[in-house]
Amino acid sequence: MSSILKLENLKVRFSTHRGQLEAVRGVDLDIQAGTSIGIVGESGSGKTVMSRAAMGLLTGSNVTREGRITFDGKVLSDMSREDVRNEFGTGMAMIFQDPMTALNPVRRIGSQLQESLRIRLGMSRKEARARSIELLTLVRIPEPKQMLRKFPSQLSGGMRQRIMIAIAISCNPKLLFADEPTTALDVTVQAQILELLTDLRQRLNMTMVLVTHDLGVVAGNTDYVAVMYAGEIVEQAPTTELFANMKMPYTEALFKSIPNIQMKAGSRLPVIEGRLPDPTDRPPGCGFAARCSYAQDKCFTDHPELEVAKDGHLYRCWFPLGDSIQRKVS
Amino acid sequence: MTNHAHLRKDSDVLLRVEDLVVEFKVPGNKVVNAVSSVSFDVKEGETLAVVGESGCGKTTLGKALLQIQKPKSGTVRFEGNELTSLSKSDLRSARTSIQMIFQDPISSLDPRMTVRQIVEEPLWIWSKGDENERVEKVKSLLNNVGLDPELVLDRKSYEFSGGQCQRISIARSLALEPKMLICDEPVSALDVSIQAQILNLLNDMKDRYGLTLIFISHDLSVVKAISTRIMVMYLGKVCEIGTTESIYSKPAHHYTAALISSVPVPDPTHKSERTPITGEPPSPVDPPSGCRFRTRCPAATELCATEEPMLREVSDGQFVACHYPRA
Repeated sequence: MSSILKLENLKVRFSTHRGQLEAVRGVDLDIQAGTSIGIVGESGSGKTVMSRAAMGLLTGSNVTREGRITFDGKVLSDMSREDVRNEFGTGMAMIFQDPMTALNPVRRIGSQLQESLRIRLGMSRKEARARSIELLTLVRIPEPKQMLRKFPSQLSGGMRQRIMIAIAISCNPKLLFADEPTTALDVTVQAQILELLTDLRQRLNMTMVLVTHDLGVVAGNTDYVAVMYAGEIVEQAPTTELFANMKMPYTEALFKSIPNIQMKAGSRLPVIEGRLPDPTDRPPGCGFAARCSYAQDKCFTDHPELEVAKDGHLYRCWFPLGDSIQRKVS
Repeated sequence: MTNHAHLRKDSDVLLRVEDLVVEFKVPGNKVVNAVSSVSFDVKEGETLAVVGESGCGKTTLGKALLQIQKPKSGTVRFEGNELTSLSKSDLRSARTSIQMIFQDPISSLDPRMTVRQIVEEPLWIWSKGDENERVEKVKSLLNNVGLDPELVLDRKSYEFSGGQCQRISIARSLALEPKMLICDEPVSALDVSIQAQILNLLNDMKDRYGLTLIFISHDLSVVKAISTRIMVMYLGKVCEIGTTESIYSKPAHHYTAALISSVPVPDPTHKSERTPITGEPPSPVDPPSGCRFRTRCPAATELCATEEPMLREVSDGQFVACHYPRA
């Protein structure tokens, strides 16, 4: 296996009226070709900013990006915007969270689908039309020919997300970012979309990065999971290993707070008290310490580094779960 | 033909809805059957969850109970009052005992009002107490929903996260001490970790204020923690209604089973035994004949196309509208 996307010490800062906001604080991530990885975290954990920065999509004048991004052997972080743009579609593509607003409301589905085929792959109108019908069939849209003439407002959320997927895979990208692809959808449609993504990934031999706040979504659909908290990766492991052997108290708390269909009716859900630390004023120690039920004095003063356990299990915690160290529960 | 097998004795219930129909006119002289002859009842202290996909009419149903959306026909009886025939002013006062919280916590609060104004507004409209009493009331409400009044009173809604906004909405809805709270997808816009907080809060408030809840959601995993009864809707009709335990342990309708199996399981070793449900609900402008779920149902036969199934009891307190219920 070879590396398809490698992030080294990626940092993203925004200048705001309240000062420098460090949204991503030194992320190292190596994604192997052909795998699928889930990036999990709460709102504000930096997961979306990280994936957009990795694609070179954050270019505002108030954004500072540091670190090295290597995509498919090319150093993306040194490339000009024009060159990065040339990687979109054929190299990497993204599916956005909100299928309601990600499509252009005044253009027909057909024209939005054919745009990248014509520009990126230089297809003729006729070829692009034939290929878009193929793509719509691939994402299991009934009556694909009629679909080409429709506008986004005529479609349901699930259908629009299928269109987004069809556009994203139209030029056979090597790497597909899916940023909360099912959060705006019903559970039944969510199940269908996840199944479709997993199927397409295997069929087209794509690498997939699935960004979500729901650990339940990554469980059945990824090979690896990276958990993000306050702009950092706090735990990373193969999916089965992570679920069997959580080391970070945050991951455990996130896992326990999922409303589980197997729990007793009427039972009280465990919650994570408090909220993420203020990104313009990060605490010196572990970012999770104030909310952690196992936190000790050291956690508030010293920032933990990413440790490596067996099986490539990474964690960022002074007192990982399952360790023999005696913990006092505060 | 009546479809009332599941209704309980009139004297036992707080809210009783019979044959409620809500329709919308759409261009081309067509009619959307958003809610088609729905009947149900809610006892005091119960939490009824109304579950179904987008477009099944669950939000419209919630609005029709409050007469925000006027029903075309049917009755809504709350504490002996027939809400559909009340005069405007009587309806206004009846609504003080039924309140609603909405799906999107951020856009359901006025961004130009302070938290104090938002929570105080219902008290002010109904002239409850003098100014000092009202402020004390607002403070105690904010305290009860887990917000520090000193910190939040003079801030505006855009300064808060989604979860905090939902807490403010809950405080506002409780200001007039209603008997019933209709929650329309109160957690679907929130992160999983925040969802749990809000669900626990709603349960606490239910105990503290003696509320009866109607909880509208598309996600069966969310309602398990909060509901005592569940009503599953599909394309404007009730498919199944029963106690929470019975619905989860032995769903009788194929649609309920499909909804349950669609919930992602946070366990990578879990092999899904997904009951196949493909496609999306058909258009409510032209719903299928007979059973409305038949076009997506694995067990459908010709009978399902010709005859509409009525709700009937399959086990104690569990009713299903299906010709071939799951064993």
